Amino acid sequence: MAEMNKIDRSLLEAVADLHKVPEGAYNIRKNGESLGRSSSANIQIESKTDKPGIDIRVAPGTKNESLHIPVILTESGMHDMVYNDFYIGEDSDVLIVAGCGIHNCGDQTSQHDGIHTFHIGRGARVRYVEKHYGDGDGKGGRVLNPQTVVTMEENSHCEMEMIQIRGVDSTLRDTVATVGAGAKLVLTERLMTHGDQVAESNMTVTLDGKDAVTQVISRSIAKDDSRQVFHPCVIGNAPCRAHVQCDSIIMDHAQISSVPEIRANDSEAQLIHEAAIGKINGDQITKLMTFGMTEEEAEKVIVEGFLQ
Amino acid sequence: MLELKNIDFHVPAANGEVNEIIDNLSLRLDTGKFTVITGPNGGGKSTLAKLIMGIEKPTAGRIYLDGQDITDLSIAERAKLGIGYGFQQPPRFKGLTVRRLLSLSHGSELPVDECCTYLTNVGLCSADYLNREVDTSLSGGEVKRIEIATLMARNLRLAIYDEPEAGIDLWSFTMLIKSFRSISQNRHESTIIISHQERIMQLADDIIVLADGKIKEMGPKDEIFPRLINQVNSGCSFRGGKESVKNG
Ligand SMILES: Nc1ncnc2c1ncn2[C@@H]1O[C@H](COP(=O)(O)OP(=O)(O)OP(=O)(O)O)[C@@H](O)[C@H]1O
Ligand SMILES: [Mg+2]
Repeated sequence: MAEMNKIDRSLLEAVADLHKVPEGAYNIRKNGESLGRSSSANIQIESKTDKPGIDIRVAPGTKNESLHIPVILTESGMHDMVYNDFYIGEDSDVLIVAGCGIHNCGDQTSQHDGIHTFHIGRGARVRYVEKHYGDGDGKGGRVLNPQTVVTMEENSHCEMEMIQIRGVDSTLRDTVATVGAGAKLVLTERLMTHGDQVAESNMTVTLDGKDAVTQVISRSIAKDDSRQVFHPCVIGNAPCRAHVQCDSIIMDHAQISSVPEIRANDSEAQLIHEAAIGKINGDQITKLMTFGMTEEEAEKVIVEGFLQ
Repeated sequence: MLELKNIDFHVPAANGEVNEIIDNLSLRLDTGKFTVITGPNGGGKSTLAKLIMGIEKPTAGRIYLDGQDITDLSIAERAKLGIGYGFQQPPRFKGLTVRRLLSLSHGSELPVDECCTYLTNVGLCSADYLNREVDTSLSGGEVKRIEIATLMARNLRLAIYDEPEAGIDLWSFTMLIKSFRSISQNRHESTIIISHQERIMQLADDIIVLADGKIKEMGPKDEIFPRLINQVNSGCSFRGGKESVKNG
């Protein structure tokens, strides 16, 4: 594997909890090029020939294997665009750790647009974790626009955790999923914005088969002058169940708009949405202060807890 | 020893008058005492507790803890001196587990078995609760008992419990009474419990009756308790005290 410097390592740690070369299959992308790659017996990674990106094939029946595909950007002004396609074989069980870290010391905008497409086979189980992170003291923007497309076959199970806690100036996230009969999709989103950051998240989950289930949990905190827009939409085309829960804490001069939508095209569809925006409850702060914390410490504990 | 000298908590009322929530109140609680404060709803009990904790500031008067003037100290500073207050209506926390909250209260990460002891003390089957979030998924009585446990997890010079019995079932209540007895002997130098419950009053060394922001009665339990029961039975003479003063 190519040399990694201190910045690379700290970015990889922030987005993928990587302290060393990961076990199992991996592909590490830096400034649009591969920094290292390894397939395993059951997980094959190949470069695409028609556009930037990789095809990942997980063999049917693969159990308890992991795949790490972090991306880092350290060159100011870089606009990286990548297409990753995941073919998850029937009855397999895998953990996929993605994520993108941008270190921008320059004045030009650094941007990464990742288009991830998942084909999840019958009975397969996938856990997908994606962390976004930015740092560097340059004036140039750090922009991340992820697109995730998921197709789930019968009785498959997928948990996606998408986390953006700090340093990303602008993000537009698009998630589109189709869930087959007996399959379950759990989408968890955790977002914190500060300064004058902007984040928009659109999700559309279509429940297409009998007993398809989805759970969408979105928790966010908007600080300073930042702005957030959420638009989770669940469509029930069959006897199915959905629960959408959007919870936001608003602080300072931030703005949050939450527009949940549920659409039923079947009389046996049970769709629920809950959305709430509010500031930190004063009693919570007071309670923690009676444990001996200052107001700032109390606020930090509440914010961290809320975003887990 | 806790000493309150001529404490006022006056807030402006809507009609331009002044609302005397606590009015020229003085009291002394000796170290080691178990005191129950009781009295009619709206009498000022929770306000008094908040004044001692520093959540509210008196509009006049001074508060001393073991001779130190704590009137101008913040909530956190008073907490560090060893004052703790269990809320009448505890807030809920999304994302904070019971174990984390107990640890935050204790001041350091608590081992599982110690957490379990505190939860058992308030009648909660610990294993089921440790990793649950203190959010709206817990019932009112459960949140209330966890609140009590956070106080019991601390070594305090003065522990103040605000109506710990509220919303708690009979079985847990018996457990709670036992715990108050042992905790007040071991972990808390002095205890104040705000309560309307006879069985809690029975634990007390002293009882204070607070109504209309004033102390109506104060003294040893054996003296106050029988009188209290009599007065309650013969129609409440504590109520309307302020009205009679105004009208008179
Ligand atoms: N900050 C405040 N501003 C205005 N009024 C207040 C304030 N705090 C308390 N009060 C009023 O003071 C009175 C006493 O309230 P407090 O909560 O201390 O009563 P309590 O004795 O604890 O009653 P309960 O037995 O119902 O708990 C109430 O009428 C309440 O509405
Ligand atoms: Mg009260």
